[in-house]
Amino acid sequence: MSGHDSKYFTTTKKGEIHELKEELNSQYKDKKKDAVKKVIAAMTVGKDVSMLFTDVVNCMQTENLELKKLVYLYLINYAKSQPDLAILAVNTFVKDSQDPNPLIRALAVRTMGCIRVDKITEYLCDPLQRCLKDDDPYVRKTAAICVAKLHDINAELVEDRGFLEILKDLISDSNPMVVANAVAALAEIQEGTTKIIFEITNHTLFKLLAALNECTEWGQVFILDALSRYKAKDVRDAENIVERVTPRLQHANCAVVLSAVKVILQQMELITSTDVVRNLCKKMAPPLVTLISAEPEIQYVALRNINLIVFFCKYNDPIYVKMEKLEIMIKLASDRNIDQVLLEFKEYATEVDVDFVRKAVRAIGRCAIKLERAAERCISVLLELIKLKVNYVVQEAIVVIKDIFRRYPNTYESIIATLCENLDNLDEPEAKASMIWIIGEYAERIDNADELLEGFLETFPEETAQVQLQLLTATVKLFLKKPTEGPQQMIQVVLNNATQETDNPDLRDRAYIYWRLLSTDPEAAKDVVLAEKPTINDDSNMLEPSLLDELLSNIATLASVYHKPPDSFVSRVRATVQRDDDEEYAAESLDPESSSAPVSEITTSVAAPGGVPGQPAAVPDILGDLMGLDGSADQQPMTRSLPVLLSASAGQGLQISGKLVRRNGQVVYSLMFENSSQIPLDGFMIQFNKNTFGLAAAAPLQVPPLVPGRSESVVLPMVMYQNVAPGPPNSLLQVAVKNNQQPVWYFNDKISIEALFGEDGKMERQHFLETWKTIPDSHEFIKELPSVCVNSVESAIQKLQATNLFFIARRSQKESRQELLYLSAKVPPNIVFLVELATVVGTAGVKCAVKTVSPEMAPLLFDALEALLST
Amino acid sequence: MPVAASAIYFLNLRGDVLINRLYRDDVGGNMVDAFRTHIMQTKDLGTCPVRQIGGCSFLYMRISNVYIVIVVSSNANAACALKFVVEAVALFKSYFGGAFDEDAIRNNFVLIYELLDEIMDFGYPQNLSPEILKLYITQEGVRSPFSKPIDTRPPANATLQVTGAVGWRREGLVYKKNEVFLDIVESVNLLMSQKGTILRCDVTGKILMKCFLSGMPDLKLGLNDKIGLEKEAQVKARPAKSGKTIELDDVTFHQCVNLTRFNSEKTVSFVPPDGEFELMKYRITEGINLPFRVFPSIKELGRTRMEVNVKVKSLFGSKMFALGVVVKVPVPKQTAKASFQVTSGRAKYNASVDCLLWKIRKFPGQAELTMSAEVELISTMVERKSWTRPPIQMEFQVPMFTASGLRVRFLKVWEKSGYSTVEWVRYITRAGSYEIRC
Repeated sequence: MSGHDSKYFTTTKKGEIHELKEELNSQYKDKKKDAVKKVIAAMTVGKDVSMLFTDVVNCMQTENLELKKLVYLYLINYAKSQPDLAILAVNTFVKDSQDPNPLIRALAVRTMGCIRVDKITEYLCDPLQRCLKDDDPYVRKTAAICVAKLHDINAELVEDRGFLEILKDLISDSNPMVVANAVAALAEIQEGTTKIIFEITNHTLFKLLAALNECTEWGQVFILDALSRYKAKDVRDAENIVERVTPRLQHANCAVVLSAVKVILQQMELITSTDVVRNLCKKMAPPLVTLISAEPEIQYVALRNINLIVFFCKYNDPIYVKMEKLEIMIKLASDRNIDQVLLEFKEYATEVDVDFVRKAVRAIGRCAIKLERAAERCISVLLELIKLKVNYVVQEAIVVIKDIFRRYPNTYESIIATLCENLDNLDEPEAKASMIWIIGEYAERIDNADELLEGFLETFPEETAQVQLQLLTATVKLFLKKPTEGPQQMIQVVLNNATQETDNPDLRDRAYIYWRLLSTDPEAAKDVVLAEKPTINDDSNMLEPSLLDELLSNIATLASVYHKPPDSFVSRVRATVQRDDDEEYAAESLDPESSSAPVSEITTSVAAPGGVPGQPAAVPDILGDLMGLDGSADQQPMTRSLPVLLSASAGQGLQISGKLVRRNGQVVYSLMFENSSQIPLDGFMIQFNKNTFGLAAAAPLQVPPLVPGRSESVVLPMVMYQNVAPGPPNSLLQVAVKNNQQPVWYFNDKISIEALFGEDGKMERQHFLETWKTIPDSHEFIKELPSVCVNSVESAIQKLQATNLFFIARRSQKESRQELLYLSAKVPPNIVFLVELATVVGTAGVKCAVKTVSPEMAPLLFDALEALLST
Repeated sequence: MPVAASAIYFLNLRGDVLINRLYRDDVGGNMVDAFRTHIMQTKDLGTCPVRQIGGCSFLYMRISNVYIVIVVSSNANAACALKFVVEAVALFKSYFGGAFDEDAIRNNFVLIYELLDEIMDFGYPQNLSPEILKLYITQEGVRSPFSKPIDTRPPANATLQVTGAVGWRREGLVYKKNEVFLDIVESVNLLMSQKGTILRCDVTGKILMKCFLSGMPDLKLGLNDKIGLEKEAQVKARPAKSGKTIELDDVTFHQCVNLTRFNSEKTVSFVPPDGEFELMKYRITEGINLPFRVFPSIKELGRTRMEVNVKVKSLFGSKMFALGVVVKVPVPKQTAKASFQVTSGRAKYNASVDCLLWKIRKFPGQAELTMSAEVELISTMVERKSWTRPPIQMEFQVPMFTASGLRVRFLKVWEKSGYSTVEWVRYITRAGSYEIRC
């Protein structure tokens, strides 16, 4: 069936709007409907038809579903610009949400969620509540998504109305599609906040796995994505999940396949049996290969994700697919298959597409750099290509050969002669510069090096800066290697040219340096200019292990296509996280009882991803498996005693762990930096945000430059009351660390108050009693620590004494076998805590009573006591 | 995050918006301008289907003369997004009767808006099965505005079917004659070097099914694949029948197939959608029977002449025929004319594709045909670059032949009313990219 809607686009008359208005108010239904269609058509082509708002909304109350949908569409587009008029629609929405027809009920809720006008949102709640419990699954599944929409507009409202709870209940819904949408909505809400909203428990896991079998392909994607965030408890749990997910690899929908792969990779980290892992790799490989026969766009996404498969380019592949395949072939090249790969590259190098040809030539060079034993074969292929005399191939080949020379110095000079034959054809700066570099570097072996260089020098002023710089250096090298008359004249000319007739500061400076060097101490010049150069390395496996980890958990998403971590291109995520922190901050101050709990959650959730030791090793080597090799990833056991503050995956390979402690009467920040990135890091600096105790660094941070793989422990002395944050106290310590190579990292730590107790906190018994009495009872706080168990009073006292919680007195009650301990502590300058602990030795449960003049500090003390007594 | 899209745009080749739909608030309505200026108007178009501009990512696809662009600002599921576009286009095609282009979109914009509202909610793809959507999203209203205004209401149980476990088949279908048609369509991909060594060879096959069955039938399909047969032999405790078995590298199934059951019992069982659909896709790389071998020899005689000899040998059974065989031999751009001698078929020089085209309407099995041609080139003043020699390509269709050797062993239909069905099976092998380097 095909419509004839194009006629609605044809109106371009002047009085159009007026005419439309009339038609919209027509009493004939068909005329009305046509008019609405015209309005939508005008909206589509970008005309402003917002002035018709009232007239369109008037058409809303209709029996005709099609017309209703069109009006709703109009509302979604224009409600924001006419918020006051949008209220007109509310009545109809509410009425529609109770319509006997489930399609209309769902439509009303769906549309209301899309209208982002505050006033409407208020009216949305009641219908939404009803629809979440509708008899019809179609309505329920629409309502589930609507909760996510509402959360995006007004998160508080969602929490207040208890929609999250209802949503969680929907996970147990009998209809798989409702389950899938509920999961999607919960996952989305979880993404925007640090609070734990959606946690997969044993029960939900079972439900999800059951729904996976029955829901639509898209629903399967939602569920699999949610599962990939689930951390299995043990090996059996993981194996169970993998077993249930594996059949999804056979699905025709590529998104399902990739998400299934993601889940399996995640769970595989836990599975220890190599047989199982190998088996899984075998199962995952063929479906991935099959993705390559899908539409080219999907192929591209798959290729970016896989990067693992052996195959060859087709003549008619789109260029982006070809490039990606080339990249993968370089990665796969090994001593065993290099002959075949080279043959293939050579074939590509004779194709028509210039860009692709260049890339192919480069690929040969990269193979040579990567595989030492194959270098010679690569060079012979390059020489064959040079003999073809196709200009851009020759130039590209010379650039590549320069790199090979840098990788294997003094090995392949025999080919220089061939290169020199092509001197005249070079017209690209990069190729020219490369050739000149080769001549300069091997001046002593090229008999006519001076002639060759002289040829270039004739056009010196016209060359680009890149070539000029190379010419300058090469001439100096030549002069130092063959200090005869010819070169001497040449160098004079070059230096003159470079210092007087150029306005490029780089060139001029370099020329001056050479000049001075040569005139003062030619020997020193020799040492500098002809110094041994570091050999270059292959860069084809450049992804950092920590980044790779993160990307693997993001398979199928944009992150894995860009090969960047999500927060480097998604600004929204980070913004919301910060906003939520602030909200929590506010919540804490209202409710001192629970003050530090959310904060500790933050730190643990930050610590979790990096906290699993040996994680890099868990990445399975599918590549090796495909090639029939053994995937023996090296295992690096790491010992960490300090809590992790910035995980390696969040810090582009930099991991920071640390804790506030007291040492020799001073507060210090004990920090540990680990560099698991690929680059050396130096120039570390640290900053602290304003905090309750005004903690700040007393001295600059002294971290020696960190080469990749190294870790370094530092103790940073701290001072108190430097930058005090106003407002009620809390234990949040926000830290920023930067270095010269990376962006600034921000992370949160928790101030442990025990590190702040001063040595002067000891009180006389009498003094203690007096103070206890003077502080009113309203300043006494009591907390039960049900899980803490004191086994020996003496050792507990010792432990507490060690952190400057001083023991005052002890009392035993015979009938209840209760021990009562009295302690005192002081946070400088004069926040005094008087503590009474009551416990039965050997049984769990400690009752703490604290009297202090600063009541808001009590919760912090309870935390400290709990931490101290339970260790 | 499984979000697939924040907005979707349909643009024509000039960059005009044909239709757009914003699903989320996180991308501006003017983002499409960025796409126009940074991708469409530059030579980057076609270099990479996923691009990031500003804070947004653009995923796009071109279908006939329409660009479909998905805009997202979060770390969306790219695979999901692109697959959604593919499926959506299939859906639109099924509504428009096969065509999907600029005109079709303009002519059906109301319908498309309606569908876009239904198939994606807040960026999450929903049910995209045409079968079910057609139950309650119809264009009846447009076609006959006067006939039955009240009847636009969908059947009462439509919503249950949309969300049901069998979300692809509607209930209460009745056919007088119950028939199933199976088409096994294979395409052979080959890349052969000059010397005749096989660089790459694989078969991608699909089983297309046309179902005209009443009620809610359960179907079970048996193939001669190795794993399935072995499993069956185990279950029935008797040795597997001798005969050719094949090993499937990988199989993917339509969403109607019970994957868990396939995994445990290795049987393909399903409740089919009504009408035509693709039941499964498979890929085979081992033990492929090539239908043709090509022996080229191309000699450049001096600057202005070339001699081309191509021998093609058919390797399938002598009782079969290949149809529509075309051999494309590339020649340099400066070809002036060519003279041919062929043992069968017709050959000519086609200047628009720079190829010698040799067409054989009916190519018998176990036969050997040759073409020899003499090509004259124009001598140009410019020094001739060495000619890059693209590969020889072949097109063909071989009915009743499968390059993989796949055979359907049985197709069982079970329905509670117990009707009998007629099953039809056809095989055909086509050339995928069948290339021989010369």
